Amino acid sequence: MGLVLPLPNMTAEASVIEVELESDLKNVEVAEEITRRVSGTVGFSEDDQHKIDMAVHESVINAIWHGNKNDPGKHVWLRFQIFSDRLEIRIRDQGNGYDPSKLPDPLAEENLLNVSGRGIFLIRTFMDEFRVEGIAGGGTEVILVKRLNSNNSAQSRRNEP
Amino acid sequence: MSMKATLRQVDSIIVIDMSGRITLGEGCTQLRELVREQLGKGKKELLLNLADITYIDSSGIGELVSAFTTVSNQGGQLKLLNLTKKVHDLLQITKLYTVFDVHDDEAKAIGTFGKAAGA
Repeated sequence: MGLVLPLPNMTAEASVIEVELESDLKNVEVAEEITRRVSGTVGFSEDDQHKIDMAVHESVINAIWHGNKNDPGKHVWLRFQIFSDRLEIRIRDQGNGYDPSKLPDPLAEENLLNVSGRGIFLIRTFMDEFRVEGIAGGGTEVILVKRLNSNNSAQSRRNEP
Repeated sequence: MSMKATLRQVDSIIVIDMSGRITLGEGCTQLRELVREQLGKGKKELLLNLADITYIDSSGIGELVSAFTTVSNQGGQLKLLNLTKKVHDLLQITKLYTVFDVHDDEAKAIGTFGKAAGA
């Protein structure tokens, strides 16, 4: 496991925590533990913490399994960036990436009893933003964003003139 | 932390009290083997008590679906008991809540076995 910086204070400046993990499924729980600490510090509700936790869990599994093809020589990088109104998490692997819009819909009647194919759907459901970006020079990065009080902000947006 | 499972028999039904995590790796493998083992013994009526399951991921959901279809295909029934709010919500958003036969009272759940689904 790579470095774990001390948890930062909340300031106007975005704080960054970066972690490097080897492609071993045992490290999924390490990633979860760090995620829980970060999201707890940021001040998310327990419910939101669980959602962020699950989104990172699914993303890190995808990075190790699908991205790095379980190759222990390849790594996964996690980057947490704490803003005053949101948490942004980047998960980078050394794989070729994928187009999330081309994945089958797990809620379609014919896919309902499929054994796999729900990971990205859960990430999308649990986070406010989800993007997949190719990295110049190789690798793929997924970007997850969870806003603080995202339900409230959705409410206030509806109330805007 | 992985998954723990304790089996007991009520009438002809095998109740599996599960705790911990049903996630990719150990938890999923254990569930798969448990179900296979019971089917091998001719036990086709299974009630999974998920009261103490703290975490299910997308692989765990897939494993539950797989267990459900495997048991159904062999003419058996697999039902779920005592979902936590997290697991309940997860089955709701994946539209699986109505696929599974879900109960929150063990005695009543036991009484529904042997009847046609939806009856």
